[in-house]
Amino acid sequence: MEPFERVVARHGRTVWRVCRAVLDEHDADDAWSETFVAALVAYASLPPSTNLEAWLVTVAHRKAIDVLRARERHPRPVETVPEPPPAPPHDEAIARTDELDAALRGLPPGQRRAVVYHHLVGLSHREVAEVTGISADAARRASADGIAALRRLLRGPTVRPPAVLPSAAAPPAAASPAAGRGRGATRTSTPTPTPTSEPKGVR
Amino acid sequence: MTATPADDAATRDLLAGLDPADGHLTALRARFAAAALDAGAVDVAYRTLDSPVGRLLVCATDVGVLRVAFELEGHDTVLDRLAATVSPRVVEVPSRLDAAARELDEYFRGERRSFDLPLDRRLSKGFQRTVLEHLPDIGYGSTASYAAVALASGSPRAVRAVGTACATNPLPVVVPCHRVVRSDGTAGNYRGGMAAKQTLIDLEARA
Repeated sequence: MEPFERVVARHGRTVWRVCRAVLDEHDADDAWSETFVAALVAYASLPPSTNLEAWLVTVAHRKAIDVLRARERHPRPVETVPEPPPAPPHDEAIARTDELDAALRGLPPGQRRAVVYHHLVGLSHREVAEVTGISADAARRASADGIAALRRLLRGPTVRPPAVLPSAAAPPAAASPAAGRGRGATRTSTPTPTPTSEPKGVR
Repeated sequence: MTATPADDAATRDLLAGLDPADGHLTALRARFAAAALDAGAVDVAYRTLDSPVGRLLVCATDVGVLRVAFELEGHDTVLDRLAATVSPRVVEVPSRLDAAARELDEYFRGERRSFDLPLDRRLSKGFQRTVLEHLPDIGYGSTASYAAVALASGSPRAVRAVGTACATNPLPVVVPCHRVVRSDGTAGNYRGGMAAKQTLIDLEARA
């Protein structure tokens, strides 16, 4: 058997994808670490014929579900607060990750796992079925439905054409000063001037 | 509805945001190493450090320092052998080897004459172990011939075996096999190469 550190180096990315399919980034960190600690404990007694990647995916899936269940019992305070409006995208990669995150959270968990395990981790539908405890047909359907839903949620089958970005950015930029004034006006305690009273004040 | 290769590429592109950011996996690996150590699941911890004789690999078990290896030996090859002969639960945990790294640094700066590290000597057995356990008797900055070490080990005729024992010392530098030289004064075989051996002899002569 090879040194375990090399197993971590080779499969770290795959395990991360599995954890992220189930969890947000913070919890995925926990699950990733717990996956490799559990794998290290069992590593020396694995049969030599073990498919390491498939085994790690199974361990990661279970650890991620454990973390998810623990989180459902003890939610972090931040998760009870309603979703804040998305921050202005400084970085397209970050913006895309946030958007994808939101879209993935919009999928039923089964679809989300089927999509990530099949398309990102590279498991066959049969392997997805084994890991998640459903039938191969159900895994195939969940993956296809998940991809279709994801595309709908992201409003387009592929990456948005660049031309959309400037035009989409322009209206908020023009609208925001007006919105800012509106908020400022309502915050003042003086009665809001009606359209009819305003000309009077000017005279 | 059948997926085309273009669909697959689009899907991969769609999901690329789920990959870890640059550097994130490195941070996760450090965190895993600490957790693995806490869980008592690391059988062989290792780290590397720079030295005047090249980058050194230092490995330790719960017992103590197990192996010091030169670049010339191939660090990956050494780790492979440890995985096969000691345990595959081999993890890079630099903090576990802080004391060893500090003493080695002091030695290479000429500020340390002997090591106070606990050693795990399981990689040397029999006559080799006897020979290696006698080596610290050769004082810092001095040398002894293979024949003299054979005599000190109680087998005056086993000069070649002493040569082999020193040339395969699992703990070079820490166990000073570099102080055993040929009768003609030349350095002789060394795991880190003859140049490295001469560097250590010169370092000790200077300090």
